[in-house]
Amino acid sequence: MIYLDHAATSPMPADLRDAYVAALELVGNPSSIHSAGQRARAALDDARARIATTLGVDAIEVTFTGGGTEAVNLGIKGLYWSRNSDTPRPRILVPRTEHHAALDAVEWLASHEGAELVWLEVDSLGFLMLDGLAAALGDGSDVALLTTLHANNEVGTLQPVAEAAALAAAVGVPVHVDAIAAYGQIRLDPLPPGVSAISISAHKIGGPVGVGALVVRRTAEVVPLLHGGGQQRGRSGTMDAAGAVTFALAAEHAHAELTTRATHKRMLRGRLAEGIRRHVPEAVLHGAAGAAVRELDADRAAELDALALPGTLHLTVPGAEGDSLLMLLDSRGIAVSTGSACQAGVPEPSHVLRAMGLSEADARGTLRVTVGPLTTTDDVDALVAALPDAVRRAQAAGLAGRTPRLGR
Amino acid sequence: MSGGVDSAVAAARAVDAGHDVVGVHLALSRMPGTLRTGSRGCCTIEDSLDARRAAEKLGIPFYVWDFSERFRDDVVGDFVAEYAAGRTPNPCMRCNERIKFAAVLEKALALGFDAVATGHYAHIVTDAHGNRELHRASDEAKDQSYVLGVLTTEQLAHSMFPLGTTPSKAVVRAEAAERGFTVAQKPDSHDICFISDGDTRGWLAERIDPVQGAIVDRDGTTVGTHEGSSSFTVGQRRGLNLGVPAPDGRKRFVLEVRAKTNEVVVGPREALAIRQLSGSRFTWAGQDPVDSGITQPVDGEPGALHPFDCHVQVRAHADPVPAIARVSTLADVSSGDGNGNGNRTMQLVVDVIEPLFGVSPGQTAVVYVGTRVLGQCTIDRTVSADTVNAAPVSADSVSAAPVLTQGRS
Repeated sequence: MIYLDHAATSPMPADLRDAYVAALELVGNPSSIHSAGQRARAALDDARARIATTLGVDAIEVTFTGGGTEAVNLGIKGLYWSRNSDTPRPRILVPRTEHHAALDAVEWLASHEGAELVWLEVDSLGFLMLDGLAAALGDGSDVALLTTLHANNEVGTLQPVAEAAALAAAVGVPVHVDAIAAYGQIRLDPLPPGVSAISISAHKIGGPVGVGALVVRRTAEVVPLLHGGGQQRGRSGTMDAAGAVTFALAAEHAHAELTTRATHKRMLRGRLAEGIRRHVPEAVLHGAAGAAVRELDADRAAELDALALPGTLHLTVPGAEGDSLLMLLDSRGIAVSTGSACQAGVPEPSHVLRAMGLSEADARGTLRVTVGPLTTTDDVDALVAALPDAVRRAQAAGLAGRTPRLGR
Repeated sequence: MSGGVDSAVAAARAVDAGHDVVGVHLALSRMPGTLRTGSRGCCTIEDSLDARRAAEKLGIPFYVWDFSERFRDDVVGDFVAEYAAGRTPNPCMRCNERIKFAAVLEKALALGFDAVATGHYAHIVTDAHGNRELHRASDEAKDQSYVLGVLTTEQLAHSMFPLGTTPSKAVVRAEAAERGFTVAQKPDSHDICFISDGDTRGWLAERIDPVQGAIVDRDGTTVGTHEGSSSFTVGQRRGLNLGVPAPDGRKRFVLEVRAKTNEVVVGPREALAIRQLSGSRFTWAGQDPVDSGITQPVDGEPGALHPFDCHVQVRAHADPVPAIARVSTLADVSSGDGNGNGNRTMQLVVDVIEPLFGVSPGQTAVVYVGTRVLGQCTIDRTVSADTVNAAPVSADSVSAAPVLTQGRS
């Protein structure tokens, strides 16, 4: 199988798997007082410190969670409740292109906790528009928080996080950054001043599923989601020493090889984009990466390329449903994604592309290809070879599905 | 793969037969109903998970195809519009006609598949010349050939029904259990899948503005009022709430729903009996009756067919009854010069040997010759068998109610 869906989850390399299995042999509960517990605790604290190092923060600022979604929920809800503990600050500023973990969390706050959502616009490449943010912030007195992705999980566009956080910090508004797609792909250290909390996840970089972390700066406070034993700052629940150890190792590998991996992935992404342009000219490449491919000015192209995740290419093919393309490629042993959220396996039109100005019809046929550190040129060449036939069939199927001739 | 036991076993048999099988679950609604309740058997998240689990057991790829928009327009929209027009549609037939063996089949063919296989109980027989015929299933009690009567030659050519020769549903359940399918004992679905609580009247009332109107007898005398004509179907007895008893003291039934005038016509049971039904929307399942050697064309009347013996079935679980069918020109909607030279519309006309009850415009009449499904029509018109009122029904009437002769007291 050719696996080109690393943004969904990146396979665990053998050395990490061995480390994970070895760490599972730690017998104690990290909160236990006996020596077995202390050994597990030592491994966990060590992992916490190593992850803190990758972000340039202190260990006390890292709270392990049961995955990225919990981290995002704790970051957003925790900051919201904290900000509303003394005086009402109902407004949450949120770009339209957020991941569903954030979208559903803020929608829940709106429907259950009286939050007022202020939707922030993005441009056609998916960049948050800062003038709109500045206007929405106002004097900040009634704003609970700003939450934003660091890198868009669908199209890969990197957000102007430092600039946005500076604007928010100027009016005292805390910022939560969902860096799950970005962590281990690009360097996040040093965190911009003004960022209060940042969510990361292990399985996107080859670590185990169900392990994530919320980094909460010393200056910020989150009200917990889970109550139970007070094991960590802002979170209760038995701590997962083996998961944390493996997460830390994956994080260290990713950061040690950050530049070489990024260079490798950029090369593969470029090769893929070039192949698609040649063999499926009607395909539209989206986001900053797509714009970089189209840009004729070399300096500007390099600038745009640097503003995209190195390993993500996102495209639409007119008239073809994304799930048809996915199925046809799957039947050839190539795993890709539509990139958008699924309801019971049905891809919805991409809300990210809609926010970037595409029509609902155009936002339907999405394909997201994401490469990983072990992806080869043969892998992307196989996709380029399989794509034209898949596109031809998917376009015919798209037409048939919309306006069937039979049964009329 | 609906998530039910039939499609799971059908998929398993297709795999066993050596086909390259992909499981497809249709997302037909975006209703947020998440868990199954009662006897419902499709369209919930749980059903989707059941279907996926069966595909996993079989080791075949599984995908969910979203046809919710097509389903909304072609099946749900049609259902509402038909009721609003005073007719009684069958949404399952419409779904087979427009979705499963149309939109799904065409998409599948375009993607490189050869056929759509389903868990319907029906049997495809290939004759000596390679022509495909649709027949009743071996298990007459489960036979679903009626709801497949809309399939045309082209659709049949790409359809597979692996359960068609199974002697009984019990065999299918036993096979499912043997194969380790979790759905082996899942209840059959009975209700209309898109009406989650089974309350069709209530569901329709939310979609068709109910307008109060008169309930009249065959003389046109008002005998009561109703809260919206679209909530009545021909043959219905309950829910009329008539305060005044009938003069003869007998029970009264809905004979006709007149959508245009918002009237509901009631009368005695015998007035529900019909001797003829006809419809201009008809299709042949496989070879037409002439190529099948069943009848001959009528000379000088293109498209018309001489009468032939058959059986007709008007509901999914109705008994087939002996009848004589023919195709004739529906002269009164011809837009020509009055001599039959205009844009002729043909109709399938079925005369039943014995008076038939429970026939309503909008229903589908499926014509059988032996076990073979020959074709079908959507019923536009009926002619009453009530000998007291044996006048022909006017062409634009879509009712089972006899037309009264002038001056009758």
